[in-house]
Amino acid sequence: MKRLITLSSLVMIAALLLAACAPAAAPTAPPPVQVIVTQPPVVQTVVVPQTVVAPQTVVAQQTVVVPATAVPVGTQFKGITVNVLTFTGPQIAEPLQRRAPDFERLTGAKINVIVVPFSDLYQKILTDHAAGTNSYDAYVLSPQWMADFVGAGVLEDLTARINADKDLQWDDVAPFFRNFSANYGGKLYTVPLDGDFEMVYYRKDILTKDGVKPPETWDDYLAIAKQYQGKPLAPGGKPIYGSCISKKRAAQGFQMFWSIVGPFLQSQGTKEGSFFDTTSMKPLVMNAGMARALDIYKESTKYGPPDELNLDVGDTRSLFDTGRCVLSLDWGDIGTLSVDPANAVPDVINNVGSIIDPGTKQVVDPTNRVTGALVNCDSTTCPNAVNGVNHAPYAAFGGWSAAINKDAKPDVKNAAYAFFSYVSQPAQSSVDVTIGRTGFNPYRLSHFANLGPWLHSGMNQAMAQDYLGAIQASLQSPNMILDMRVPQTQYYQQVALDQALAQFLAGEITRDQAMKQINDAWESKTNELGRDKQLAAYQGSLSITK
Amino acid sequence: MNALVAWFDSMATNVFILPAVLVILFLALVPLFLSLYVSLTRLSFGQGSFVLTFVGLDNYAKLLVGIDHVHFLGLWADPSPIGWLVLGLVILAFAWWLIRYVRGGEFAVGGLVGRIVVASVVTVLVWIMVQTIANSGRPGTVGVTLIYVFVDMFFQYMIGLGLAMLCIQHIPGRRFFRVVFLLPMMITPVGVAYTFRMLADTYKGPFYPVWIALGLGGTSWADNAWGARIAVMVGDIWQWTPFMFIVLLAALESQSIEEVEAAVVDGANQWQIFWSITLPSILPVSTTLILIRMIEAFKIIDLPNVLTNGGPGTATESMSLHAYTLWRVLDVGGSAAIAYMLLILVTFSAMSFVNLVRTRAQAVI
Repeated sequence: MKRLITLSSLVMIAALLLAACAPAAAPTAPPPVQVIVTQPPVVQTVVVPQTVVAPQTVVAQQTVVVPATAVPVGTQFKGITVNVLTFTGPQIAEPLQRRAPDFERLTGAKINVIVVPFSDLYQKILTDHAAGTNSYDAYVLSPQWMADFVGAGVLEDLTARINADKDLQWDDVAPFFRNFSANYGGKLYTVPLDGDFEMVYYRKDILTKDGVKPPETWDDYLAIAKQYQGKPLAPGGKPIYGSCISKKRAAQGFQMFWSIVGPFLQSQGTKEGSFFDTTSMKPLVMNAGMARALDIYKESTKYGPPDELNLDVGDTRSLFDTGRCVLSLDWGDIGTLSVDPANAVPDVINNVGSIIDPGTKQVVDPTNRVTGALVNCDSTTCPNAVNGVNHAPYAAFGGWSAAINKDAKPDVKNAAYAFFSYVSQPAQSSVDVTIGRTGFNPYRLSHFANLGPWLHSGMNQAMAQDYLGAIQASLQSPNMILDMRVPQTQYYQQVALDQALAQFLAGEITRDQAMKQINDAWESKTNELGRDKQLAAYQGSLSITK
Repeated sequence: MNALVAWFDSMATNVFILPAVLVILFLALVPLFLSLYVSLTRLSFGQGSFVLTFVGLDNYAKLLVGIDHVHFLGLWADPSPIGWLVLGLVILAFAWWLIRYVRGGEFAVGGLVGRIVVASVVTVLVWIMVQTIANSGRPGTVGVTLIYVFVDMFFQYMIGLGLAMLCIQHIPGRRFFRVVFLLPMMITPVGVAYTFRMLADTYKGPFYPVWIALGLGGTSWADNAWGARIAVMVGDIWQWTPFMFIVLLAALESQSIEEVEAAVVDGANQWQIFWSITLPSILPVSTTLILIRMIEAFKIIDLPNVLTNGGPGTATESMSLHAYTLWRVLDVGGSAAIAYMLLILVTFSAMSFVNLVRTRAQAVI
C-alpha cells in the first residue's frame, strides 16, 4: 500500500513537471493595426562659435529643432524601457498598466509602471532626484507638486514637445487644464491625464419624488441633508444619511473643505486665487467667509454617518453607491462608479444627479479678503455669479498628470513622452474616463462631445447628459479654483490645514482657534521659506505677471 | 619573543571580533549622529541637489515652546481633584523613596543625584499628564504615547500572565491553546490594524451582527477621543499579549516544583503560593520582559495610522506618527527632532527601569 502511494505520488509529480515544462502555445499574432505614431522633434543644443568686434571669441548656443523622421511602427523605441512611477491605485496605475502592452506592441518601448503608496509618492520623487539615483524616468503625479519639483530641477520642460505634437490635440484639452494645470511659470511641464475637480452628487429619484431642487448654495445643501437625515430610504428600509463627505484626517478632508470655503473667498476669477492675498501672501483665513465655511463643514457632520470623521473618500463613495446617502461631495469618480453593477446597488444605478459645486450668495469683501466681512453678491462683488450665486468649482489636486524626469536619457524621454501622449490622445482617454476604476475623469472637450463611450459604460442618456453637463459647467466656469501650488504645498495643506480641520471637527479646538492655528502655521511656513519667494511662486502659479 | 607571542595571544580575542564590532558600531552610531545633525537643520531642494541649512535648536524649540508645542506636549489645564491627588501621591512616594535611600546603608552621592533626576523627570511627566487629561486639557503626542505604553503594558502583562498560568495547568487542549495564543504576534501590525478596523466597523463587516445584538449597530467609536484610543489599545494589547504569554509560560514552567510542593504541605493556599513563591521566582524574567516590551511600545505607529490616521483630531497620534507625518512632507528636521525626543524618553525610561526596578527585583531574589 505504501509502495502504491509512493508510486502514485511520483507519477503525479512527473506529470505536473511535464505540464509545467511544456512549451506554451504560440500566441496568435495581433491583427495588424494602422497606427500613426509621431516621433516628437528632437531638440538639440548646438554650440555656435561667433567672432565679435572685440578680439574675443564668444560661444553662443543655438537651439535647433530637428524635424521628426518617419520610422516603422513597432520598432521606434525598441530596446527602451521607461520606468514610470505613480501611486498604488488601482486608480491611475490601472490604465497605465493596461495601455503599456499596447504601446509596446506599437512602438517597441517597454513601459514599467512602478507603484508606491500615495503618501510616499511626493517625497520619493524628490529624494530620488536629489540623491541622484534617478531610478524613475517619468511620473504620473499631482501638478500641485510642480512648485517644488520645477524649482528642484526634477521636471522636463515639455512645451516644445507638446506644441509640435499634433496627435495630442492640445487644443482639445479644456482651457483650465491647458492654461493653468499643466502650466507653471509660463512653461508646460505635464500632460494632463485626468480632470480633477469636485462636484456634488445627489439621489435624483429621492429629490425628484419630493420636488426638491438640487442644491445651488451650501445653505441649500445643508437644508436638503437635514431634511432627509435618518429617513428610511436606504435599501432594506435602513436610515439614509443626508450627506456623506470624506472627513478623515490625513486623507481628503481638507480638499472637501476647500470646496465649501472656495466660493466665499474667490469671486473675481481663477487668477484672484483663494489661498493667499496675491500682493502680500497673507493667508485668506482670518475672515468671515472662512468662519462661515467652518460652520457649514461642521454642521454637515450632523447629517452624515456617525463615524464620518474616520471615513476617507473610498468609504463615502461606497456608502453613496450602496444607497446610504442622499448627497455627497466628491471628484468625478462617483459618476462612473455609480453605474457599475459591481459597485452600485440597483436603487442608485442611473439615479444619480451631478451638479457644479454649490456656491454662495455672499462673498468676502474682494477689497479686503484677508480679514474682510461678508458682502452680498452683485455685479461687482460677484461678476461670475449665476442666478446671483457665486460658484467656484474647485479643481482639487489638479488632476493626475504625466511628467518626465529631466535627467532621464534623451531616448527614454522621447519614449516616455510618446507613451503619455498616446494615453492622453482622445482615442484612448475618451474610453478611460468612462471607466470608474481608472480614476481618470474628463478633461478634454471631446470627452463631452461624444456620448457613445458614456452610454457604453452603463449610463443612460439622461444621466450621461446630466453628469457631463455638470462637468462642463465646472470646466467652463471662469471662476474655477486652482489648487495651491507653492513650495511646501504639502505642509500648508496636508499638515497645517488638515490638522486644524480634524481638531475642529473633533471638538478639540473652537472655530476661531482653528482659524488662528491655520493662519499662524501658514504664516510661520511662509516666513521660514521667504515671503517674497513664496509670493512669486504663488503669482506664477496663477499666471499673474507683474 | 615569548612575551610578544603571549601578548598577541592575549589580544587575539579582541582582534578577531574587532571587525564585527566596528561594523555594528558604524551601522548603529553613524546614523544616530547623522540624524542628530539632521534634527538641527532644515531641508530644501535646489537644482538636482538638496541643502541642509543649519538652524540650531529651532526644530526642538518649535516642539517645546513654539507653534507645535500644544500638538506635542498637549493643552494644559487645571488638574481635576483626582489629578491633584495622583500628583500628590507621586510626590510623596518619591520623597519617601529618596529619604529611605539617604537613610539606608547603601547611600552614595551619585546614586542620590540619579534618583533625584529620575524623581524630577517622572514628576514632571505626571504633572503634564494630569494637566492634559483634565477635562479642559488635551494630551499631546507625548501624552498619548505614554498612555499607550503604560496602559497596554499593564494589560499585556496581566493577560499574558493569566494565560500562562492557565497553560501550565494539566487541562485538555492546553497544547492547542499554546499555539493559538501565539498567533496574533505572527501577524504584521498593519494586518492587525486592518483586521480591527473591520471588526470595529459597526455598519458592515464580520462583527456587524454582534454589534447589532449588543445594540451598538451604527454607532461610532472613531469620533470620540477616548473611544478611538481604546480601539488602538485593544488592537495593541491583542497583538502583543502573546509575547508576554510565551516568555512568562517558559518562566513558570522553569520554577522549582519542590518549593511549591513544600508550600502545599505547609498548608498554603493558591494565592499565597502565587504571591510568595511563583511571583518572586518569575520576577527577574518579568522585569526583563517588561523592559523589552516597553522599549518597543514607545514606537507604536501602525495601529493609530491605519485605524484612525491619528484622529479624531490628534487624539490617537503617537510620537512616531507625528514624526512620520512631518517626514511625509519632507520636514525631515522636524521629524528627526521628534525622533530624538522619543529616543531621550525611551532611554530615560529604560535606564531608570534597569537601574532602579530591575536591579532591586533581582536583589529580592
